[in-house]
Amino acid sequence: MSDFSIIGKPTAMVDAAGKTTGAGKYTDDLSLPGMLVGRILHSPYPHARIKRIDTTRAEKLDGVMAVVIGQDAPTPYGILPVGHDEHALCTDKVRYVGDNVACVAAVDEATADQAIELIDVEYEVLPAYFDPEDSMKAQRDFIHDNKPNNIEKDYHHVFGDPEKALAEAACVAEARFIANEVTHAAMEPHSTLAAFEIDPHTGKPGRLTVWSSTQVPYYLQHKLSLVLEMPMAQIRVIKPLVGGGFGGKSEVIPLEIIAAVAARKAQAPVKITYTREEVFWAHRGRPRTIIDLKTGADKDGHITAVKARVVQDGGGYCSYGVVTILYSGALLGALYDIPNIQYDGYRVLTNKPVCGAMRGHGTVNVRFAFESQLDELALKLKLDPAEIRRRNLLKPPCVTINGLRVQSYGLPECIAKVVERSGWVERKGKLPKGRGLGVACSHYVSGAANSIIRSDMPHSTVNIKIDRDGGVVVYTGASDIGQGSDTMVAQIASEVLGCSLGRVKVVAADTDLTPIDIGSYSSRVTFMNGNATLRAAEEVKKQIAAAAAKKMNCAAEDLAFRDDRVSKNHVAAGASPAEASVRPTQEGASVSGRVEGQILRGSLQQKRKDEGPKDSLTFEEAVVAAIDFHGALTGTGSYAPPPEARGGKHKGAGVGPSPAYSYSAQVAEVSVDEDTGEVTVHKVWAAHDCGRALNPVSVEGQIIGSVWMGMGQALTEEMVWKDGMLMNPGLLEYRSPSSVESPEVEPIIVESIDPEGPFGAKECSEGSLAATIPAISNAIYDAVGIRLHESPFTPERVLAALRANKAQKKIDLTAGIDPTDPARFREHGGSLWFRGKGPERHALDPCRREAPVGGDD
Amino acid sequence: MKKELIELKVNGRSHELAIEPSKLLLDTLRQDLQLTGSKRGCDDSSCGACTVLVDGTPMLSCTMLAASCEGQEITTVEGVSEHGSLAAIQKAYGDWGGAQCGYCTPGFMMTVKHLLAVNANPTEEEVRSALSSNLCRCTGYSQMYQAIKAAIEAEQKAVPST
Repeated sequence: MSDFSIIGKPTAMVDAAGKTTGAGKYTDDLSLPGMLVGRILHSPYPHARIKRIDTTRAEKLDGVMAVVIGQDAPTPYGILPVGHDEHALCTDKVRYVGDNVACVAAVDEATADQAIELIDVEYEVLPAYFDPEDSMKAQRDFIHDNKPNNIEKDYHHVFGDPEKALAEAACVAEARFIANEVTHAAMEPHSTLAAFEIDPHTGKPGRLTVWSSTQVPYYLQHKLSLVLEMPMAQIRVIKPLVGGGFGGKSEVIPLEIIAAVAARKAQAPVKITYTREEVFWAHRGRPRTIIDLKTGADKDGHITAVKARVVQDGGGYCSYGVVTILYSGALLGALYDIPNIQYDGYRVLTNKPVCGAMRGHGTVNVRFAFESQLDELALKLKLDPAEIRRRNLLKPPCVTINGLRVQSYGLPECIAKVVERSGWVERKGKLPKGRGLGVACSHYVSGAANSIIRSDMPHSTVNIKIDRDGGVVVYTGASDIGQGSDTMVAQIASEVLGCSLGRVKVVAADTDLTPIDIGSYSSRVTFMNGNATLRAAEEVKKQIAAAAAKKMNCAAEDLAFRDDRVSKNHVAAGASPAEASVRPTQEGASVSGRVEGQILRGSLQQKRKDEGPKDSLTFEEAVVAAIDFHGALTGTGSYAPPPEARGGKHKGAGVGPSPAYSYSAQVAEVSVDEDTGEVTVHKVWAAHDCGRALNPVSVEGQIIGSVWMGMGQALTEEMVWKDGMLMNPGLLEYRSPSSVESPEVEPIIVESIDPEGPFGAKECSEGSLAATIPAISNAIYDAVGIRLHESPFTPERVLAALRANKAQKKIDLTAGIDPTDPARFREHGGSLWFRGKGPERHALDPCRREAPVGGDD
Repeated sequence: MKKELIELKVNGRSHELAIEPSKLLLDTLRQDLQLTGSKRGCDDSSCGACTVLVDGTPMLSCTMLAASCEGQEITTVEGVSEHGSLAAIQKAYGDWGGAQCGYCTPGFMMTVKHLLAVNANPTEEEVRSALSSNLCRCTGYSQMYQAIKAAIEAEQKAVPST
């Protein structure tokens, strides 16, 4: 269909060799002369006032260069302008076990660790809140004084008339769902290296350079400027290779500021790298979410209304919380056609590590509840689960009732593809007992249409420079965190300019060199930075075309750029295969020209004279012609989402709108061992509408990775709490699935060609995750007839539900129990099913009778 | 702790190093030899990012003393490339998306290198089982299997012609 030379071809990442040889540098791989090691003292209490910190003993230790505490940088900050509630190091209170109290910069790790032990802190312990519904009832000892009842933010949205619609609905389903807390657990622990330069004019410490494992270098620069009280222009943030983010590095993490504060005080470069346990404390993952959901449908299965009350356990600080709670409501729209929506969202503070943005930010847990409930409705209405989804499709282009504009919409094709590939029609409901199929859908934004700091500034800007050597340098602020954005940028530039990928060098994410891009979050990079790259490349191309057209005596519009040549259109079209055979000699010529440096231009002119024909020029010839003609060859492109895509006018309308949405449909095949309660996922068919797959191998990798991470949340991953202490702060205990537990995932790319995406592309890295959890849940229902309301679906939760089912007793675990009663539900954040030292059991809870004695691990 | 002199043989080169007897192999490689390819991911031998070969056997360098490796042949990811070019497995991991963020990749390189050394034609079951010593958070492992398959095919093609 389309005739691209680079776009749509499976392409190895431009930085792949650095990763496979170990030559690529991540932040912790960097070192500077005289560099010190920083270690952080963390709070042992979930909620306490700091009465006194005595650092004198630590300071006296040989090899300690500085000890910093809250007073060294007392300006509060936070990723959201409405949430400046964090300090680099706590000044008055600690708010979770692991909160940051002091930092030592010393000559080596052992000395720093020793010094940490010598810091004397006196605390006044305060009552702590661990369960959000409990915390909301607090009358005193608020976690933040300006947040009464420990509610960070609550939103109440009503679109249409949900009450009336629910009253008139032919069929209504209602239930409480709980999704427990999960974290990113990116393989690279956070790391930051900060160094000051001496200013040549004042002779004092001047410019600061920070290398950090971040998804948002420009936000980091902004917050550093705020806390260190330095102008942004004096701060350079460089993002080396980043070993995975998933949202965990999409805001300013305490160590990033602490390292700079310590470097300032110690007057030497300081590097801090978190231990794995510290990474779990830094967290910023997906909050434990309690969802009370009610959905109504008419007799044909058309959804008439949705009512959702969502409570999120946000942890000790705001972080992205306000955005998370808004996404949970906003993304009820834009997947299906829902005429009436009521949403009540509460973001609640608790004395636990801070929750923030994680892959599928805000939408995942609510999607689990919604898609599970949709299956219940289908069952009541005797409809096929795939069919009920087909009956509720949007009719784009449209604007949803909550103000989201939808243009490209590949969901129907996604559903059709997974139904076909999985053999849904032939196999659903016909598999042997214990084995089942489940379907679910999801979607996600391709970039938030409104940036965190509201302004009219473009969200992405890209510069391109081409010099006489024919090398194309792209300066982009896009932060590659492993998803392959550098490769995407290189592909787009080389496609537009018709040059080979090898010519393109990407300089990325360095605030001194690259123009601003607001970061790698909300799946915005391909759409926004890709569009900026496209525009920059087109600007340069225009200049080359003008010069080349002059040389070739034709109109610039008649030129085609392809395979390192600029040709008149008919030539390029006619001689495409022959072109390839010509290429080696042309390349040879250019190489020798380049070796001889300045002789290049003369030799090319001679060559032109010799060869005569002006039907096509090599890329270098065209570039040299353009430089002769225009001077330096540079281009700039930027992208800001169009006003129509920025959402409605209601309070909180800024979160949810996106220039485009990706769509996903999945079928999961699982089996359930009825004796052990173990769920095995055999295969997941995942169709994802990514607009256009710029690099299919990367798109498939993102789809598989999302599904896999969703499966982790569905089956094994859970942060387990006891009195605010994390019980499983290690990769083994957190139970991230290994290769033997990972199913085959069949990624299916659906291309809806978005009218505004670069070459039609949309996001592909987050949208798939949310469908996996309900697809598995629905498959479990198909396999053994149990509906699970709490994730992850661990063997004990499955077993309990199975036993309840077998006993033919309808057990409502929440009946007669006030889940907000702190006496019963304090521990583990109120998890209904956690065995052992967990909450007191309901009298009918089957776990209670047969619970093994002792051992909670 | 007082430093002691040891001799480590890494990637075919001998190094004389003064290190504390308690120093871990991973820290020695990264800090004293600047071989930063091997990564620290977990501190407690659960992730495999620090995997190196010690006399051909994959070992977790984050829980091994450097001093205990004296006289043994250590291979790190920096020693996998052949004659300055990518080894087949490195090329294949790049081409097939086996590496996304790349942080776990050095560990996987060593695990796979060992797997293919002891079993030139592993079944998918055997590959899965071998890779379970290493964690990856990006890929879901699927594209690694394709990469390993491609690397085996590339190796087999290369052997008769050279």
